[in-house]
Amino acid sequence: LGLKMLSAQNFGESGKMKEYHYAGPTEHRFSPYAFNGGTVLAVAGEDFAIVASDTRLSEGYSIHSRDSPKCYKLTDTTVLGCSGFHGDCLTLTKIIDARLKMYKHSNNKTMTSGAIAAMLSTILYSRRFFPYYVYNIIGGLDEQGKGAVYSFDPVGSYQRDTYKAGGSASAMLQPLLDNQIGFKNMEGVEHVPLTKDKAVQLVKDVFVSAAERDVYTGDALRICIVTKEGIEEQNIPLRKD
Amino acid sequence: MALEDICNFKDKPTHKTFPFYASEDTSVSVFTEAFNFKWRGEMTSKKASDVPLEFHVPSLFKRPSSRASHSVSVRRPFPLSHGTTTLGFIFQGGVIAAADTRASAGGLVACPAVHKITPIHSHLVVTSSGSGADCMLWERILTREIRLYQLRHKRRLSISGTAKLLSLMLHPFKGTDVCVALTLCGWDKLIYVCSDGARLQGDIFSVGSGSPYAYGVLDRSLSWSLNKEEAILLAREAVFRATHRDAYSGNNVDLFHVTAEGWRQRQREDLKEEYYRDMEKRGKKMDLTGLFS
Repeated sequence: LGLKMLSAQNFGESGKMKEYHYAGPTEHRFSPYAFNGGTVLAVAGEDFAIVASDTRLSEGYSIHSRDSPKCYKLTDTTVLGCSGFHGDCLTLTKIIDARLKMYKHSNNKTMTSGAIAAMLSTILYSRRFFPYYVYNIIGGLDEQGKGAVYSFDPVGSYQRDTYKAGGSASAMLQPLLDNQIGFKNMEGVEHVPLTKDKAVQLVKDVFVSAAERDVYTGDALRICIVTKEGIEEQNIPLRKD
Repeated sequence: MALEDICNFKDKPTHKTFPFYASEDTSVSVFTEAFNFKWRGEMTSKKASDVPLEFHVPSLFKRPSSRASHSVSVRRPFPLSHGTTTLGFIFQGGVIAAADTRASAGGLVACPAVHKITPIHSHLVVTSSGSGADCMLWERILTREIRLYQLRHKRRLSISGTAKLLSLMLHPFKGTDVCVALTLCGWDKLIYVCSDGARLQGDIFSVGSGSPYAYGVLDRSLSWSLNKEEAILLAREAVFRATHRDAYSGNNVDLFHVTAEGWRQRQREDLKEEYYRDMEKRGKKMDLTGLFS
């Protein structure tokens, strides 16, 4: 993949076009990264976890695919959502799958969500000087059966949360989640624990809002609901424009 | 990780790892694997300065002097988390370590509830500032090395020794954009170690973008003879003032108190309440939206 006409230089870092005026000779350098858009979200409840992502794969002004979900099932109790550069997402999930199999064959048990999170952190940090351009969020059940969400930055810093949004619309969705799930910035409200149905409905509403305001989010929504019975998937259509 | 080393599981990975030397050719395929799965044993003993983590270095730019520290780096399209206020000081009742809990990436608050103070063992606590991922991983590496030392030598490494070990491990990465500034808070001394190579012992340290504000508050009231409650209040006040003035610090304050008996953690406190209490104390009437008459 060589230099394209609409190269990274014209687009700047996050896909927004730069102004057209002569600013001196530009040096075009091959950039190994591309931004393919997409948003991921994960919510942890008392005994469930939800990982949701949109299914649009875009680059610049084009849409490559309307059906490219960003949730990857790792084990029966863990789902990984990754958005950012699609090439790195694919390679990273292949590496994680291989490491999961190796662990299973050496230790005769499946990796737990916490262990997968710690392993992903070291995998990402081993590429500290040429990072995977991926925003990861792991959602699953911990050893006690409670919902767990682990969110990562591209170089491997991570921690356990109750809810997290990542990807192109993350800055829009995170405050909404802070307010609705964390009851932040509100006075005098009763803190009701989150049920599974309310959480699913909230996730759908939140993605509909994201599709309205973020151009890289849309087409369809894939929700993976992780409970002790297994992983249930739902597909909901979103705006296609 | 530790078990593999004890069993001498080592493998020569298929790609060149970092740190490497000028004479080696750095051309590698971009798709080679970077994991540490190890096979047959090797008889080489691990030096204390070996970095127990292997890094994949991009070979996009062939330079005649291919020293690792000279700009063999890919331009990153995303910001990393940075910005903080941490402080530590020593007084007659031990050592206090305090920090805010905000991690910012560019202009976005990536996480409002990060743990910047981590216990390494029962008598050593480390406060971190700089890049979030670097600090987290280097603390993990340091904890691992300290534990291995304790298992191999049947005694715990001293705080000065820990600081020296960390400094030696960070040295190969000097000049790269690894950004780590840790303050090791033991029960009787404070040592500041950073990835530029500094290793300093002192009585009071504050690190991060909010440190000038914290130093102002601390220098005014700090003395050796404070009692425990006064010291805790002082540390809290310093972090609060720094978060008020520094955009990249905020949210909550974490506080640890380390004594000869070990460390104790105070419950994390939201500074929003503290702000309102402070405003009331100064006699300003406020409504809930924060405008005052």
